[in-house]
Amino acid sequence: MANYKYHILLCGGTGCTASDSPKIKENFEQLLVEKNLTNDVQVIATGCFGFCEKGPIVKILPDNTFYTQVKPEDCREIIDEHIIKGRKVQRLLYENPEDQKHISDSKHMGFYKKQMRIALRNCGFIDPENIDEYIARDGYKALASVLEQHDPAATIDLIKKSGLRGRGGAGFPTGLKWELCAKNAADQKYIICNADEGDPGAFMDRSILEGDPHSIIEAMAIGGFCIGATIGLVYIRAEYPLAIHRLQVAINQAREYGLLGKNIFGTDFDFDIILRYGAGAFVCGEETALIHSMEGLRGEPTFKPPFPAVEGYMKKPSNVNNVETYANIPVIINKGWEWFSSIGTEKSKGTKVFALAGQINNVGLIEVPMGITLREVIYEIGGGIKGGKKFKAVQTGGPSGGCLTEKFLDTPIDYDNLVAAGSMMGSGGMIVMDETSCMVSVAKFYLDFTVEESCGKCSPCRIGNKRLCEILDKITKGHGTMEDLDKLRNLAHVIKDTALCGLGQTSPNPVLSTIDNFWDEYVAHVTEKKCPAGQCKALKKYVIDPEKCKGCTACARNCPVGAINGTVKMPHEINQELCIKCGTCMEKCKFNAISIK
Amino acid sequence: MEKIKSLADLKKRREELQSKLELREGGDNVENLVQVKVAMATCGIASGAKQTMEAIIEECKKQNVKAVVSQTGCMGYCYAEPTVEVKKPGMDPIVFGHVDVKKGQELVSKYIMNNEILEGVIPVNYEKIDNK
Repeated sequence: MANYKYHILLCGGTGCTASDSPKIKENFEQLLVEKNLTNDVQVIATGCFGFCEKGPIVKILPDNTFYTQVKPEDCREIIDEHIIKGRKVQRLLYENPEDQKHISDSKHMGFYKKQMRIALRNCGFIDPENIDEYIARDGYKALASVLEQHDPAATIDLIKKSGLRGRGGAGFPTGLKWELCAKNAADQKYIICNADEGDPGAFMDRSILEGDPHSIIEAMAIGGFCIGATIGLVYIRAEYPLAIHRLQVAINQAREYGLLGKNIFGTDFDFDIILRYGAGAFVCGEETALIHSMEGLRGEPTFKPPFPAVEGYMKKPSNVNNVETYANIPVIINKGWEWFSSIGTEKSKGTKVFALAGQINNVGLIEVPMGITLREVIYEIGGGIKGGKKFKAVQTGGPSGGCLTEKFLDTPIDYDNLVAAGSMMGSGGMIVMDETSCMVSVAKFYLDFTVEESCGKCSPCRIGNKRLCEILDKITKGHGTMEDLDKLRNLAHVIKDTALCGLGQTSPNPVLSTIDNFWDEYVAHVTEKKCPAGQCKALKKYVIDPEKCKGCTACARNCPVGAINGTVKMPHEINQELCIKCGTCMEKCKFNAISIK
Repeated sequence: MEKIKSLADLKKRREELQSKLELREGGDNVENLVQVKVAMATCGIASGAKQTMEAIIEECKKQNVKAVVSQTGCMGYCYAEPTVEVKKPGMDPIVFGHVDVKKGQELVSKYIMNNEILEGVIPVNYEKIDNK
């Protein structure tokens, strides 16, 4: 029997898998055989550690050593030095950006210090493909106690009291949702997991499914028992192959153990889970569209009411929750609603997982208590803005959300504060922008996305968003007028008021919030035909400073369109009519004579 | 695989499985646990540090002591190998010399469990930089 003295935990999330972590695992395993250490050292592929910026991550326990950016060829050194000789491999340790000192213990890293992991409790800790490790961490205990107690109303009441709200974005109280569905009698009900994560730059749900699939299965079974459903459906996008694989493995294991199937824990409760794959349409994250897609119809939303709790999948009462919402359920039951509701702010309890992306040092996945400020998230956990640049805005809530500026840096993050600030919680994407981001282009990026993803059922969304996008395009090309800005605002409000579903009603948010917060930038594009951030290509103007130009002809010789004129040893000039703003001249100039105006 | 049929079944299964994760749980919570470091450089291994470590792990299991046992590099006391450093929460670490299998077991039952100092304590004559 193996008596392991070391555990090597290796990130097996999608990000680290892409940077060769399976090869690293293979190398470790080979080396252990070679050194006859297979009974002393266990290698475990876990879910995401969250610190994706520095992946692949290798963590060695019991000494909690955190190695970053490990390459397959580093394995030998780790085994030889760390495992055999007990000396940490300094060059692979995380370097504290503040004092350039190596930090070996992940608990001392700024990235982890302020985090609180509830939904991600097992990510980066257990092997997601091994049900035993989940059970060892109190897995399925919540389901067992709920079934033993056999009082669905009491469990729903507990979830209500905990204050848990939907983590998909809108923040509807989960307990109340369950109660509404439980009330409707029917011969068959369904409990559905929304794993159709679509916001650009967001990967919270994927990481939970990849790192801790059993927590979702357990929570769905609990939900099923509470509302009276015997079938659970997971709607997951086909672009998440690893998450699908792990979930399927977990479902099979749970069936083998009798934790899914007939008479679970010896009670009269039957429950099983079926996977349904989505083709990656953003609108299918909207619950009515999601249900239609699962029924084999077009992924288009329908008007509510009737709500899914009354008439959902196959016209039967159904309850839809997001992955992260489910991940919280077993912990709340095990630790009690009092514990959960002691975390967070008055109306937003617990924690929230965010995917940090954009111009930030520590790109990755974090989980923080509600009520933390943006400043703490960006500067303490996120390690500040890349390249020491200035913070400009942070986009939350994806295409349905808005931008928060510097003045909101100290606002506690919760559902209501973010809405009050003109954005929304959303599913947890957080894209950080620095001073070089043009806010008109950012709005246009999101509108491009919405136009692409609109299902086309209602005209405000189908036509209105297209028009918004065209006006934004016009502004970034330097042809906008002040009337266009008025039109943008009016049209945005009309779409908000008249669109059919959540996608359409929130799609103008990126425009409205950037207009509100960065009005001057819009005006500069329109009146001065200038992009203050220097991003809009059409508005860039390359000019040669005649004082600095030596007439070396390097720029003229390299200009692909022959837009630069001048004689040797005399200052040159750029013909703005011909210039395609490629920037080659600026790159080639040895005298820094060319600048963007 | 046998099916889990009741809460009691699950609890039993959990207890059996928990020991497999103890090493990891310990790493997460290392300040509050007894930390045992066995010097395992060439000199240590040659003097039997591997057997000592096994014995300490076994004894901890037997006595139900929650300790994080790990190996470390040469501490420099090659004359007293195998050497073992024990750090109890809130106390200064103590290094013991000449820890063979028997003494390893005593270390657990006497010092770790009852604060009884064994013979062969090596006075600490170094400072560590990593805990600062």
